[in-house]
Amino acid sequence: MSLAELQRMTRGRGEPRVKQETPDNKAALAFLGPWLVGVVALTIGPMAASLYLAFTDYNLLEDPRWVGLANFTRMLGDERLHKSLEVTFTYVLFGVPGQLIVALGLAVLLDRGMRGLTFYRSAFYLPSLLGSSVAIAVLWRLIFGGTGLFNSLLGAIGIPSSTSWIADPDTALATIVLLHVWTFGSPMVIFLAGLRQIPREYYEAASTDGAGPWKQFRSITLPLLTPIIFFNLVLAVINSFQAFTQAFVVSGGRGGPSDSTLFYTLYLYQEGFGAFRMGYASALAWLLVVIIGAFTLINFWASRYWVHYDD
Amino acid sequence: MTTDLLAESPAVPGSRTPQRIRPSAPSPWSRVGRALRHVLLLSVVAVALYPVLWMIVSSLRPDGAIFGNPSLVLNTFEIANYTRGWDALGAPFSTYLLNSAIVVAGAIIGNLITCSMAAYAFARLRFRFKKQAFAVMLLMIMLPVHVVIVPQYVIWAQAGLVNTFWPLIIPKFLATDGFFVFLMVQFIRGLPRELDEAARLDGAGHARIFCQILLPLMAPALATTAIFTFIWTWNDFFGQLIYLTDPNLYTVPVALRSFIDAQSQSSYGSMFAMSVVSIIPLLVAFTVGQKYLIRGIATTGGK
Repeated sequence: MSLAELQRMTRGRGEPRVKQETPDNKAALAFLGPWLVGVVALTIGPMAASLYLAFTDYNLLEDPRWVGLANFTRMLGDERLHKSLEVTFTYVLFGVPGQLIVALGLAVLLDRGMRGLTFYRSAFYLPSLLGSSVAIAVLWRLIFGGTGLFNSLLGAIGIPSSTSWIADPDTALATIVLLHVWTFGSPMVIFLAGLRQIPREYYEAASTDGAGPWKQFRSITLPLLTPIIFFNLVLAVINSFQAFTQAFVVSGGRGGPSDSTLFYTLYLYQEGFGAFRMGYASALAWLLVVIIGAFTLINFWASRYWVHYDD
Repeated sequence: MTTDLLAESPAVPGSRTPQRIRPSAPSPWSRVGRALRHVLLLSVVAVALYPVLWMIVSSLRPDGAIFGNPSLVLNTFEIANYTRGWDALGAPFSTYLLNSAIVVAGAIIGNLITCSMAAYAFARLRFRFKKQAFAVMLLMIMLPVHVVIVPQYVIWAQAGLVNTFWPLIIPKFLATDGFFVFLMVQFIRGLPRELDEAARLDGAGHARIFCQILLPLMAPALATTAIFTFIWTWNDFFGQLIYLTDPNLYTVPVALRSFIDAQSQSSYGSMFAMSVVSIIPLLVAFTVGQKYLIRGIATTGGK
């Protein structure tokens, strides 16, 4: 998904066409056939069905029973839902900026003709490659457990600790936020690509005018990079709201301790595929769509005030 | 920005031309700054990779020596964790590796065929409702899977396909990964139209233009698609967790997760060992396809 694409769409500018030709409707139908079947049977159809199910009571075995707004009124008093929202918002609020700041900082450090760029880039990307795997979630459990690596490191620097960071409701979420920040590699690669687009001459001119590195960063790099920062931010927010695997594995599927890692999608999974309350799970899914949509819109709206486009 | 990045031949920033290196003569001060930057970067590398290295080292230690030992130095070389871990679950670990391989292979083949076909239509054909269809495709990229998962599950359950690999493979043959359609559309748009038009004047139809002219030129985009599909499918947990409940059909992530439940019986060492086994294919894919992976992320912002 690219911004350029979105802009092109919103401006309604089509691509150059060969005028004299007739439309290729038949060929298009053939080439898009599988995609069309997928859209209808696996996306639009299920979306409509899920919207309907959101107003029903459905356990997979019996036919769905229409309950009107009951699922949505239940949300108002559902404390586990409120907790899961709090957990997910906290995760997004700390994890997303944390990851992007690390990614941006390293990309800037790497950009200015540093030797070994390929090595650094691969090394930094590795956590992103592995970060969503179950293996790393398993590792995280053992690092932050009572006898885990983190405590032995603390012990090594003279702070003996036997706290199990994943079993303590006050710190369990922080370990998962940290896991998210650790996967800074992929936004960093996007930042690096963005940095390459900044014309070299700007820095040369600034350098001649006596601007130091910090000044150059503030007045050239940062403003010119705002579209990329925005792009990364939009993507990261959308993805973070859907975080699942790490919370599931680290908490053993329960979202504990005391629901402190009950991510929204984990709660949805428990309701739908654990308790087979498919109607409620569908309602939860639609609430998630609304939340993600709202945050994306807010992001686009706020971007007017801080994102600089070159034209 | 996206298209130019793909069109540029050395899209890997590492192979950047010297124009970006500071032209001014390096002062002693900037040399110190440069060294400091390397120190900083190397320490970040060390911190970032330490947990993974520790996991690998620990998998080769006897069980009792894993905890309370943050060092990366290996005194003994214990292979027992691997042999024990391999058989610690219901089936030998090779079963799970094979199951994952089947799902991954199906997903890759499906994505390569159907996403490239859809991309050809969007990039090169003129048809009614093209704009609307393209917008739908883009929106699908952003749509949370949760909003369709319940009805999809019902569909597969009614078809009797829960506890088979089909719910994980068939969608890929229906180009449901809009991300790759988009990636390939961007790529095809960067290829000169004159090629198609010359072929058309020679009487070639769309099928021939697509198969004989564009597909070979799309090799880099196809490689990016294949490697991303590999990594995402190998790591995918949600879908595999939902559709595969028969232990004989477990894929690697689902099997690894059941290790935690069986933790009391099995040892941490063997859990680490199998975790290492599970990431080896990722590391191999990364090493082989790094160029395409980096290019793909830089172009479209993949995860």
